[in-house]
Amino acid sequence: MLTLDGLQIQLDGFEMAADFSVDPGAKVAIIGPSGAGKSTLLNAIAGFVTPATGRVLWQERDITSDDPGVRPVSMVFQDNNLFPHMTAFQNVAIGIRPSMRLNTDEQARVTKALDRVGLAGMGHRKPGALSGGQQSRVVLARVLVQGRPLVLLDEPFSALGPALREEMLDLVAGLIVDAGATLLMVTHDPEDALRIAGQTIFVDSAAAIGPEDTKKLLSNPPAAMRAYLGR
Amino acid sequence: MTRFWPGILTAAIVLALTLGTLAAVAFRADSWGGFTPADWAAVRFTLWQAFLSALISVVLAIPVARALARRRFWGRSVLVTLLGAPFILPAIVAVLGLLAVFGRNGIISVGLGWLGLPPVQIYGLHGVVLAHVFFNLPLATRLILQAWQAVPGEHFRLTATLGFSAADVGRAIERPLLRATLPGAFMVIFVICTTSFAVALTLGGGPRATTVELAIYQAFRFDFDLGKAALLALVQFAICAVAALGLRLQIPQITSAGLDRVQRRWDADRAGLRAIDVAWISLVAVFLWTPLLMVIVSGLAGIGNLPMSVFAAAFRSICVAMTSAVLSVSMALALALTIQNIASRLGAGLLEATGYLAIAASPLVIGTGLFLIVFPFVDPVALALPITALVNAVMSLPFALRALTPQVQQVAEVYGRLADNLGLTGWARLRHLYIPRLRRPLGFSAGLAAALSMGDLGVIALFGDPDSATLPLQLYRLMAAYRMEDAAGAALLLLALSMGFFWAFDRGGRMDADT
Repeated sequence: MLTLDGLQIQLDGFEMAADFSVDPGAKVAIIGPSGAGKSTLLNAIAGFVTPATGRVLWQERDITSDDPGVRPVSMVFQDNNLFPHMTAFQNVAIGIRPSMRLNTDEQARVTKALDRVGLAGMGHRKPGALSGGQQSRVVLARVLVQGRPLVLLDEPFSALGPALREEMLDLVAGLIVDAGATLLMVTHDPEDALRIAGQTIFVDSAAAIGPEDTKKLLSNPPAAMRAYLGR
Repeated sequence: MTRFWPGILTAAIVLALTLGTLAAVAFRADSWGGFTPADWAAVRFTLWQAFLSALISVVLAIPVARALARRRFWGRSVLVTLLGAPFILPAIVAVLGLLAVFGRNGIISVGLGWLGLPPVQIYGLHGVVLAHVFFNLPLATRLILQAWQAVPGEHFRLTATLGFSAADVGRAIERPLLRATLPGAFMVIFVICTTSFAVALTLGGGPRATTVELAIYQAFRFDFDLGKAALLALVQFAICAVAALGLRLQIPQITSAGLDRVQRRWDADRAGLRAIDVAWISLVAVFLWTPLLMVIVSGLAGIGNLPMSVFAAAFRSICVAMTSAVLSVSMALALALTIQNIASRLGAGLLEATGYLAIAASPLVIGTGLFLIVFPFVDPVALALPITALVNAVMSLPFALRALTPQVQQVAEVYGRLADNLGLTGWARLRHLYIPRLRRPLGFSAGLAAALSMGDLGVIALFGDPDSATLPLQLYRLMAAYRMEDAAGAALLLLALSMGFFWAFDRGGRMDADT
């Protein structure tokens, strides 16, 4: 279970508070107006932002002061998720070990992950030789081999067209279920939340509401959320 | 703290070489009263020639940069590339080329002879200034051109819709732009010219045209008057330090990236202005090309039967240049990464300032100081080549650092969080993130350092004996012995090696660099 315990974040005049728990294996969307702090919330969980007060707990263990690299977290950023000078295989392999010196078993894991996301035989290509959708698949293959229990997506696939994006979201949902991981996904589109996330957190000026059942929340939104949704 | 040691070690080396050697020199200077009228003359000459050189370079660069900014013509990109060449051109080679044009037996004097006129005289103040303008007019042109091209195209289009004349555009856009750019360009060139040694050694000399650097060399080499050398070294450092720190010197970014854009200028679409631009561009092209062509043409005659000593010197120079390139790039990378990672603003600022300190340091001061330090323990001549490589590396450090720092910052911004999330730290981060992403500036910096070291005639002149001469020193010896055919061949070899190394490293950095 992921728990944010009385978390307060202060950044150059920006403030937000979060106090909630997410069950293991849950798929949670984070929605809200831009500038409300959706990405900041993910950055605090991943360890890129140090909270002013409060704790981040994973399975009752305090990880608030852990380095980003040792947290149980895989993070997918909006862009620049791949190193352009590395092949798809290497970009996945670096998720297993930063030195990229893999034994035979680990190499097989990388190949299998690439197969799983539909990139069989494309491991030798560099990102520049892959389409946008294929690049996203490489990132997901890396998330897969990292095998970390908490996956954070910060407006992923926002550069892709609608059809391709839905395809990717379905692929993510399938991978997360297979791996038994917990998913937190920032999105600005309630449709994304409905599509793959059972629960939703609404972030609005200074506080986070939820997580609550996505369908319930969207069909009967609180006042602040109604303005955001335009209803 | 452990993450910062490479950068701190580099800063310590730079400080030891600049301020440490200065302290060694000051400690040794026991006869403070020995400042003769000749020494004062050297100080005055140093400042005066640097002032003239900087002024002429900058003033001439204005019309040239303006012409390049607003004209598209065949060969423009070649000319712009050529503007970068003098920066890495060995000074001694350029001097030989200038002698072939402006010297007593140069083409101008020969032409005057046909008309029954006396030959031109190149030695002295005007020769030194001429050579400095040859080196720095292109640098000034590039700095001013960069400023011109930073003007958004919309501004020129706006002035066109408002029906501005060329004079109106000058008042509204160009004059403010020049006011912002010229002082910086002037200062950089002034400082570069105050530390010039090879030009003063070959074209200056005598009581009327001796720079402080040359006076240090003479006190050291001919009189072995260490006290005098030390005193002059302090004066030289003071000149540079005042010029660099007091006037907030900015290190120029030596790159030709982005200079290929030409802005359409409606106000300049007139035959008269076009003729002026053509005249300036032709003039500067002839001024830059002719000496180089002379070096190539006369070198081809001599390169076939060069003495063995020239090839031995060339081999030593290659070793020195390679060592210097590796050292310079390693130090610049260590400093740039530490500057990026260190949390304290003050610490980062101090490290950066230390890296740029060498621009104000004089190689001869460093050389004199190192001589005084190692003299009691080993024969300095035995260390001539390693010391030359190290000093050369420190001298090109400011330019390498200037090329790397913004790129390191960009890589950290774009990929830093991803690397953190993947646990990519230490050696793995350097090897899999920074080095591959920084290939271009690393290759460029290595090329610059190799070329500058290859052509350097500074420290080696203090220490070198015939068995440890580098190619520039060997070339100087051939010139001094009036073996002009051998000198021309050696000059061509040196030119080819300097340019070749720069080209190879720079190209190596660009090739297959995935962006």
